Amino acid sequence: MKCSEFLAILDDVIDQSIAATTRAEIEVHLRKCGHCEVVLDTTRKTIEIYRSHEVYELPPAVSERLHAAIMERCRKTK
Amino acid sequence: MSTIQSVAGQNEQHPDVALVERVRAGDLSAYDTLVRKYERQLFRIAQHITQNREDAEDVMQDAFLKAYEKLDQFQGNSKFYTWLVRIAVNESLMRLRKRRTGRTVSIDEDIETEEGAVARDFADWAPNPEQNYNQAELAEILKKTIQGLPQGFRVVFALRDVDGLSTEETAEALGLSVPAVKSRLLRARLQLRDRLTRYFKKKSPAVSPPANGPRGNGAEA
Repeated sequence: MKCSEFLAILDDVIDQSIAATTRAEIEVHLRKCGHCEVVLDTTRKTIEIYRSHEVYELPPAVSERLHAAIMERCRKTK
Repeated sequence: MSTIQSVAGQNEQHPDVALVERVRAGDLSAYDTLVRKYERQLFRIAQHITQNREDAEDVMQDAFLKAYEKLDQFQGNSKFYTWLVRIAVNESLMRLRKRRTGRTVSIDEDIETEEGAVARDFADWAPNPEQNYNQAELAEILKKTIQGLPQGFRVVFALRDVDGLSTEETAEALGLSVPAVKSRLLRARLQLRDRLTRYFKKKSPAVSPPANGPRGNGAEA
């Protein structure tokens, strides 16, 4: 397996939708290619960091104001 | 952080379906529950597309109102949340159109189709790199980094990786093909990783660019 082939299926590797035979090829490639190993590891960390840190916070006071406005508008359309 | 569960089995009814039925029967409190459940996610999607807080607030309100008015059109073939996101995406694009005085705006905007999925910076990250920044600094880095992506990448990443929608659901919500979602997701992930590496890379020892690695073009300019 070449680096370009590995990068092309990186998403499937991350999402664990890889056939067993391909998985074996990937493991062989990763054992000898430090760069691809780093890319895999840090891409996983990238996803994890965005999952665990909310980029666009909706503060409780704003949330309550918007929620009340939505429900009020819905009530009026009844 | 809420995560959308994977599609329930054919015979298993998603809890939202019962809530939608109650709303259709005139129970507004059931809609209150649905709004509470998804308002944060809808606000986030609207922010990713409009990049404007005021617009995102308006989009979120308009999307929930429109969904309420059109609830009879919800067929139940897709999940309620996917249907809701599609409405919010359309509302967000309409809002951008208004701001840009009628110029056509689509989810495909700013996508460079020729650009491949390439990793440029191979430096490894420091262990727990986020601990080198305080909360405010980290929030700014994450926001600035994702804002640098094309809109069509940002929203795919947000739906697929942050909200946890499947590739098929993301495609449905955005009106894109499955291969288009896959291609954008890969490029979004790699571009975010490259950009975050500028902040999170190990300080020392320095990692030199690959001599014979993929594309071998070293650190991103």
